[in-house]
Amino acid sequence: MLVIDKLSIFYGGIQAVRDVSLEVAEGEMVALIGPNGAGKSSLLNGISGVVRSSSGTVTLQGQPLHASAAHKVARAGLIQVPEGRLVLGEQTVMENLLLGELALGRRQPTQSLQQIFDLFPILHERQKQYAGSLSGGQQQMLAIGRALMGSPKVLLLDEPSLGLAPIVIEQVFGALQKLNQAGMTILLVEQNAKRALEVSNRAYVIEGGRIVHQGLSAAMRDDPVMMEHYLGGPLADNSGTRREDLHA
Amino acid sequence: MLAQQILNGIVVGAVYSLFALGFNLIFGVHRILNLAHGGVVMVGAFAGLYAVLAGLPIWVAFLAAALAAGLLSVLIDFVAFRPLRQRGEMEFAALVSSIGVDMVLTTLAQRWSGTQVMRFPFDAFPISSFTLFGLRMTTMQLTILGVVLAVSVLLVIYLYGTSFGRQVRAAAENDRAARLLGVNVTAVYVQTFFISGLLAGLTGVLLGLAFNNVYFLMGEPLLLKGFVVLILGGLGSLKGALVAGFLLGIIQAICTAYLPNGLSDPVVYGLLFVIILLRPSGLFGDTVRNVRAVRQ
Repeated sequence: MLVIDKLSIFYGGIQAVRDVSLEVAEGEMVALIGPNGAGKSSLLNGISGVVRSSSGTVTLQGQPLHASAAHKVARAGLIQVPEGRLVLGEQTVMENLLLGELALGRRQPTQSLQQIFDLFPILHERQKQYAGSLSGGQQQMLAIGRALMGSPKVLLLDEPSLGLAPIVIEQVFGALQKLNQAGMTILLVEQNAKRALEVSNRAYVIEGGRIVHQGLSAAMRDDPVMMEHYLGGPLADNSGTRREDLHA
Repeated sequence: MLAQQILNGIVVGAVYSLFALGFNLIFGVHRILNLAHGGVVMVGAFAGLYAVLAGLPIWVAFLAAALAAGLLSVLIDFVAFRPLRQRGEMEFAALVSSIGVDMVLTTLAQRWSGTQVMRFPFDAFPISSFTLFGLRMTTMQLTILGVVLAVSVLLVIYLYGTSFGRQVRAAAENDRAARLLGVNVTAVYVQTFFISGLLAGLTGVLLGLAFNNVYFLMGEPLLLKGFVVLILGGLGSLKGALVAGFLLGIIQAICTAYLPNGLSDPVVYGLLFVIILLRPSGLFGDTVRNVRAVRQ
């Protein structure tokens, strides 16, 4: 479905992503994990076209996208839920959702507003409220719902657990699992490695801008050496909470 | 007598509103205080004037002025603002850049016009008046009110009732989020500058007709008045721009009619001072927050 081949990205003179290759097959949920500053977000933004890649290719169902502007990448069906959610606070929940429909372009919709409301009933309840008045978790749900309005072929998520309370993280990840079970292809960037490995089929570990490990999520989760070495061991359990403290 | 002054004030205020709408559209979307807006108004007035002098009907002159000013506005974005936007230096650099553009426009117009005050031909606009509820009103005044109200309604429909408007508002609030959702932000920027220019062009012709003069510095006093309207209504607020424009026009007309000569401006600006003291955010908007947003 989505194939990244030898992608390199320079960010302010520093090479943030080095020759990264990865693949996401249709219907898969793939996690991209690694420590802070490893290049996860840069890679995702390179794929989305927000940041220009200096070499390498991004192809979605055979369609090359690495030279396309961000809005064209979104319209092709590669839709990112950005870090920090970026909902439009001065517009209502409904207006935010309707904006998401723009990315659909001329493609056939695979998601409906009703499905999104079924997935996140709170959005239905709060549809007339300003998005800025929602809680962090509700905003994250809105950001995901908004991206779904564009019926993505691959849904990209950048740190959806960032700054959320553990119980809300469970809701968000639960929704992602449901989506995936219904057939949605997902590439999930997460610092909360433990949780990401629990919901994904496969995972890539990125460090220093390179992919240093890849494999089945279940196998990685059960590999203590792996968790210790790349993901900071037990710390990974708390990463969600740690970030939350920072943002409190 | 008072009612007549208020009516006259409403007409002048309508022109202020139109000016402020174009200015505020740019501020709302781009967070640029575009000080070249007065210059664009002036170019619009000249374009309208030359269209009339070339023998074209007045409605074609309006169209020509709006188009010319719209295209000029897009050109200004390309030359003066886009390079700064790409380097992420929009805050003060854009302000200075806009002052530079204004100087270029006024200097060019000064040379072009030979520093003369030019006038629309006597018969450019049908001069007739009628009485409405005991108030005398000219067709010119009616036209000004009609144009401003029509433009305001169209602008509201464009921004709040169309998919384009949804994209404009998204790009205004967060260009990165907008891009990720498929909004062609570059196209939105071109559109907003074009529309702002259209409004400036119409303002120019209405102003030139109403005061029957077109000269290279005509945009400058308007810029100052426009600022009063912006602060009064609240930066970035379109509703505020409309209401404050009319309000300023009415206050000014009453001051001119009832106060000794030359006291009108001090009263108007004194009033602005008081309003800023009492309501730092303007009557409708959120000036303080908007200025902070610029600073970020």
